[in-house]
Amino acid sequence: MLTYIIRRVLYAIPIILGVNILTALLFFYVNTPDDMARQIIGEKNITPEAIENWKRDHGYNLPLLLNTEEEGLSVVTQTIFFQRSAPLLWLDFGRSDRKNADINNEIRKRMWPSLAIALPIFLIGIFVNLTFAMLVAFFRGTYLDLWGVILCVVMMSVSTLFYIIGGQYVFGRVLKLFPISGYDVGVHAAKFVVLPVVIGIITAVGSGVRFYRTVFLEEIGKDYIRTARAKGLSETKVLFKHGLKNAMIPILTSVVVSIPFLFYGSLLMENFFAVPGLGSFTIEAIQAQDFAIVRSMVYLGSILYIVGLILTDISYTLVDPRIRLE
Amino acid sequence: MPGLVLNKRLYLISALVCTFFLLSGGCTPNNPYRSEERGKNFFYTTFTEEPKTLDPARSYSSDQYALIGQILEPPVQYHYLKRPYTLVPLTTDSVPEVAYYDISGDRLPQDVSPDKVHRAVYEIRIKKGIMYQEHPAFARGPDGEPLYIGITETDIKGIWEIKDFPVTGTRELVSDDYIYQIMRLADPQLHCPILPILEKYILGLEEFSEALKRDLEEIRKARKEKAGAAYSQAIDERKNPIILDYKKHPLPGVEKVDDYTFRVILKKKYPQFVYWLAMPFFSPVPEEAVRFYKQGPMQEKNITIERFPVGTGPYRMETNNPNMEVVLIKNENYHPETYPESGDPPDRDAGLLDDAGKLLPFIEKIIFKLEKEDIPRWNKFLQGYYDNSGITSDSFDQAVTFSVEGRADLTDFIKEKDIRLITSVRPSTFYTGFNMLDPVVGGLGTDKQKLRQAISIALDYEEFIEIFANGRGIPAMNPLPPGIFGYEMEKAGLNPHVYDWDETRGRPVRKSIEEAKRLLEEAGYPGGRDREGKPLVITFDNAWTGPENSPMINWFRKRFKLMGIQLENRTTDYNRFQDKMFKGNFQFFFWGWNADYPDPENFFFLLYGPNGKVNHQGENAVNYENGEFDRLFRKMENMDNTLERMAIIREMTRILQKDAPWVWGYHPVAFVLSHGWVGNLKSNAMANNTMKYIDIDSGTRKDRRYVWNRPNFRPLVIIGIIFIAGSIPTIYTVIRRFRGGRK
Repeated sequence: MLTYIIRRVLYAIPIILGVNILTALLFFYVNTPDDMARQIIGEKNITPEAIENWKRDHGYNLPLLLNTEEEGLSVVTQTIFFQRSAPLLWLDFGRSDRKNADINNEIRKRMWPSLAIALPIFLIGIFVNLTFAMLVAFFRGTYLDLWGVILCVVMMSVSTLFYIIGGQYVFGRVLKLFPISGYDVGVHAAKFVVLPVVIGIITAVGSGVRFYRTVFLEEIGKDYIRTARAKGLSETKVLFKHGLKNAMIPILTSVVVSIPFLFYGSLLMENFFAVPGLGSFTIEAIQAQDFAIVRSMVYLGSILYIVGLILTDISYTLVDPRIRLE
Repeated sequence: MPGLVLNKRLYLISALVCTFFLLSGGCTPNNPYRSEERGKNFFYTTFTEEPKTLDPARSYSSDQYALIGQILEPPVQYHYLKRPYTLVPLTTDSVPEVAYYDISGDRLPQDVSPDKVHRAVYEIRIKKGIMYQEHPAFARGPDGEPLYIGITETDIKGIWEIKDFPVTGTRELVSDDYIYQIMRLADPQLHCPILPILEKYILGLEEFSEALKRDLEEIRKARKEKAGAAYSQAIDERKNPIILDYKKHPLPGVEKVDDYTFRVILKKKYPQFVYWLAMPFFSPVPEEAVRFYKQGPMQEKNITIERFPVGTGPYRMETNNPNMEVVLIKNENYHPETYPESGDPPDRDAGLLDDAGKLLPFIEKIIFKLEKEDIPRWNKFLQGYYDNSGITSDSFDQAVTFSVEGRADLTDFIKEKDIRLITSVRPSTFYTGFNMLDPVVGGLGTDKQKLRQAISIALDYEEFIEIFANGRGIPAMNPLPPGIFGYEMEKAGLNPHVYDWDETRGRPVRKSIEEAKRLLEEAGYPGGRDREGKPLVITFDNAWTGPENSPMINWFRKRFKLMGIQLENRTTDYNRFQDKMFKGNFQFFFWGWNADYPDPENFFFLLYGPNGKVNHQGENAVNYENGEFDRLFRKMENMDNTLERMAIIREMTRILQKDAPWVWGYHPVAFVLSHGWVGNLKSNAMANNTMKYIDIDSGTRKDRRYVWNRPNFRPLVIIGIIFIAGSIPTIYTVIRRFRGGRK
């Protein structure tokens, strides 16, 4: 398996390089350094000279890909692409364009609030979804199944924003049980986490239960389940030992791949609950056109995606003995 | 007694849940603050996004001023209560007086003509004994050397903020600190937004700035040569920031007289300069602080002057976690300053002079909480967790109602909570402008004037304010908002090209759309078509990218259509919009201006020919150029507020109203709500340091928060019971099936 993992990591290098090049080209062609300067300097008294000064001061006065005024290796290194994108390869994200803040430092600080919200939503959400999915699968063909599916579809159809605003209104303003928004550090964070976690779980219940129900129903209808029942196994054994284990393969595909993204946080949830996580960090950067942050987060996202895929592959071997990673 | 039993259980569950929440916020579990903050003399307010910078050389927006205004102290400040806005000393003995000199060095009278002035000298005398806040930059070791200079990453392990440094120090404010800050304004690494303006006035500042630029380039060149191809400016300067030696070059425009006195020498008469002395750009910055912050390990941890400014003001930065909260705490070293003893006549009745003569500041801590969305912010304000709030469109109807006479008042729901409304006209203007260089809408010919006047009539800004600003605005007659010298009310201030005066009702009435159509016909576009019958199409540039703005665009389109003109919308992001403005690639646009200081010059300069954006990169976005207006502007700009200046302003206004380079839009009116426990509140649009005057009745706030936020567990318990009751048959069925149904 180790050989397989090493091979996958090596395969990832050209992908990461490609992502790096593409994001650099995309960002610098779409949003030129002049645009960045105008956005960042401010609204008043912006002169072309001020724009040139800003570019020079931030190293954006260099050519994008090749510096023909330089000689030797500097032709490549003294370019915006190399200076801004090469450090990403060793995860040096540099400083933000707008606020001049160290991005690595910000990511380190902000990933914990994101995790504080995303991890409970993820874990409790899986438990709740699986439980309800097994329940409706168990009662397949009954009214409970029918109304369960209808309820799932209704819940899926409602916008996340509605759950958030409605949740804040009902639990925070009317019942006064939780702070409407905010965050604090350490144990004091607990009271701020409950409401977004509950809403996060409720938001995902509809789609989660439907998906897992489909997976379970597919497994329940297979021959080996019939065989298990025929040889007299109890329903508990049939469902939990045989059914659940085999249903885990498609479930793992969707679950494990999303684990690395827990660091990434939830864009909407963090914004509305004023949680200082990575989700709101990315949203703020997009709104402020701080492309140093956006580029870093896109790049980090691509790395996390690759990590997620490798983790998924590894997890297959744990639940399916037929799969060997070689 | 089953009901009683149920109630007992209900209360038991409630008590258990409440005990859990008690640990975090008392028996008001929705309290977002820690229990130890209860009853404290803290002020709670919000901010919507992290301020871009708090460096006084770069800060230039209201969200930044809300913070640094409490920390930093420029030489003068605006009187908190008096109107019109009046400058009073802050760190100085008196408001600096200017002395004018001719070319031979002889002193000239104050009312001298600007063309005779060779030098204008402001002598600024600061008070003795003003101490800086406690700060590690002032900390010294046993050898007397700065303790935290030359630190390594290991030295500041575990340090994330200024308050984490174990040793701090302080020192007295001296004139060198002000001089150092003026020099910083020219530092090319800081990109001071007002440098181009100051270079025009402060003697030698332009040359000084150029010299610093050369120094910076030389240092970078040397570093690049040393590092070779591997050189990366961004990485290099992050690890080893460049500190320019300002003393290497002369700056004749700033002179030190002694430790408490310095002079600023201007190249020409510029009476408005004294207003700049009330802005954070002219706050003192100690050189030790810059050297302290400009160290690689500090930069890596984001401990910079951009986040932790150092000052002598009533508050100092305790916490700057811009992702969550910014906390300002009372500066223990604050110099004695007292609450004003005089104000406007109504201020005494309003209780605004009750604290006259008392030492400032009153509040122990100001806590700014990050709140990005309007809905949670508004709800928390209503719960008493924020002491003040603006009013968004979503919550406007819940908070404000207008009487038949158009007077804004609070709704009964808000009044019941003892919330007060403070309204004030902002020293700002929103306008729509024509590109005066454009062959269709520009030019000073009579037909072009008539075209623009017709559009000015058609754009019914009374309606616009009603629909899009919830009535929070005053239709503009010229660029000057109320409160600025030169603004005239009622009939005297009427724009006769757009309004008629209704004598019976005593108010202006917009001319009819028929009048607009008549003017359009005279301009050569009868029915919105030119002589060849082609429709008149005008492009409209704006930066209204959000979907919420499409009703505004539609409104403009509809108003133009009334005259038969087609409006072609060209919405772009703000970057592109600015680019179009620079290149003159537009016909008609929407923009705004917020005054730097309360003087008509700061509005009329937006229409001064030599400030044209396309040809001179100035702030005259419409590129308006009228010789007579420019001549009057030059005469008016350097005058004191006299009757003669008023007469010139009237003449300038008359020219502008006739030429109509802008459709004089509206001056926004700010509506701020504040709880009854907040004292000494008076809106001051020019002052940035008003928090020191605010008082809080924290006892009342604590009691009201308790009453307003008692939790209601009953629905939750009932839902729980229903859920459990509903689950029982399901669980029973499952168990039955597992045991006996299927084997």
